[in-house]
Amino acid sequence: MKRIFFILVIYFLSLNSLKALIEVDITRGNLDPLPIAVSPLHVDIKSEKYQNLKIDELGINISSIIEKNFKGTGLFNPLKKEAFVQKPDIAHLKPRFEDWRLIKAQALVTGKILIKDEKLKVEFRLWDLTAAKEMTALAFTTTPSNWRRVAHIISDKIYERLTGEEGYFDTRIIYVAESGPKDQRIKKLAIMDQDGSNTKYLTLGNELVLTPRFNPTNQMVSYLSYFRNMPRVYLLDIETGTQEVVGNFPGMTFAPRFSPDGKKIIMSFAEDGNSDIYTMDLEKRVVERITNHSSIDTSPSFSPDGKYIAFNSDRSGLQQIYVMRSDGSDVKRITFGKGIYGTPVWSPRGDLIAFTKVRKGRFYIGVMRTDGSGERLLTENYYQEAPSWSPNGRVLVFYRETKAGSKGEGFSATLWSIDITGYNERKLTTKTDASDPSWSSLLSK
Amino acid sequence: MIFNKNLKNIFLVVFTTLILSACSTAKKSGDMDGDVYTGKETVKYLASGVPDRVFFATNKSSLTTASRATLRKQATYLRKNKKLNVTIEGHADERGTREYNLALGERRANAAKDYLMTYGISGKRISTISYGKEKPVNPASSPLAWSQNRRSVTVKVN
Repeated sequence: MKRIFFILVIYFLSLNSLKALIEVDITRGNLDPLPIAVSPLHVDIKSEKYQNLKIDELGINISSIIEKNFKGTGLFNPLKKEAFVQKPDIAHLKPRFEDWRLIKAQALVTGKILIKDEKLKVEFRLWDLTAAKEMTALAFTTTPSNWRRVAHIISDKIYERLTGEEGYFDTRIIYVAESGPKDQRIKKLAIMDQDGSNTKYLTLGNELVLTPRFNPTNQMVSYLSYFRNMPRVYLLDIETGTQEVVGNFPGMTFAPRFSPDGKKIIMSFAEDGNSDIYTMDLEKRVVERITNHSSIDTSPSFSPDGKYIAFNSDRSGLQQIYVMRSDGSDVKRITFGKGIYGTPVWSPRGDLIAFTKVRKGRFYIGVMRTDGSGERLLTENYYQEAPSWSPNGRVLVFYRETKAGSKGEGFSATLWSIDITGYNERKLTTKTDASDPSWSSLLSK
Repeated sequence: MIFNKNLKNIFLVVFTTLILSACSTAKKSGDMDGDVYTGKETVKYLASGVPDRVFFATNKSSLTTASRATLRKQATYLRKNKKLNVTIEGHADERGTREYNLALGERRANAAKDYLMTYGISGKRISTISYGKEKPVNPASSPLAWSQNRRSVTVKVN
């Protein structure tokens, strides 16, 4: 995959440090989303041609992506462009606040783009219409083919300014693309932008692949492959496409995840039928055994400080979630509710663990504090599992499967997201059926 | 004392029999005993009278009486065909999380392998692989299909 060109220059035009009057509370379900007007970015008439890029439409295309991002959060209500009262270039210089307030907008995004010397220069401003003030402004330069990322970066900056939290738009999701009948599924690794665009397939579908996960810098992916009918954890470099098996284990390795520093892979290794948790240091190639128990120990996930590991074990008889120190000591069971618990994943903020719960034949995605208290079930379905966190710890992505008929008909696998408030459940757009999503960290950090 | 102890044992036996019969009358329906598949619909044969697979209860890898009988037939067959090697594929139904199911399939395959080994088959002749919930034999979403999918299958490799 082509290396993505990162932003060359970022500088602040001006930053109004006065406390904003408008702000968005994301800690609870937002039933009254903030009305925001995203003006098409003004395309500078001095812009030069660049490859096949339709420069005239670039300004409106970027603003449409920003609107879609905002709408997807459930926190913002992007207003219809037909009602807009000022031309993009004039609004960008200084909006007539009272006119924008007439269409009930509380915030306004304006911007300008210029393509020159094969570079895309972007500037944007966020205006507080109630206080009649500029809230934030930013300019940066990048390669023109990066224009979708420009929209995501602007979205992140505005989200950050209005919510006080880091955004999650300039990110990607890696997942398993599925096709074919239920009992003969073809599975490929696929990667896409968070909004469903730019889908690329990383494997051909010749062998079964499962559970891809990003490393902290989003350049590597660990996953399970049945290459040569030997299920093993593999490491894939997304840019070069090189793959290697992780470690030299005499049996199945599975359920891989990276440590927060990216130096280790933690996973299960099944020896004589019994699965325990191991780590492998990717530089030193040292394998360390973390659990040693006659039960199934799997689905390990590090805390963001690397000090603890949450995992899934049936040592009590049925699947429950346990937490231990990263050396395997001090194992504590944290789930005691009715039902079985699996797939613990530590929030990037460190405060919560997301999980799958199965009770009375129904599947739930939930969150709890890291000691198991404060369990909240966010969504119930026929089948859903494998939550993965947005980098700001506010949204979970997971997959669902539908109930199939007697010949397997009606079966589908799809990706969904939900806020940890339990609101804003959404189906993600994917080109094929999809499962096992893993959310990257912010690309432009 | 002895009389007492005997009485207690008899009581225990009667009591367990009652429970077991209650279970089997309550749950035995069609091709399932409890939730273990007992039918032949999906079964293939390594040779005449030697079924290729055994079935498991939900989340379990313990062998039922019927499973052990099937595996003893496989052991006899493997003893007669000394050059034959097999792979035991372990599977789970679709009602669990993917990673746990991979572990469960591995445990089921090894339960069958261990049993064959206690009947004198060398472990070198038996490899195992788990497919978790990835390869259902019956793609339906029904208790019957799930019971058919909770299985370990002995497959000839040469």
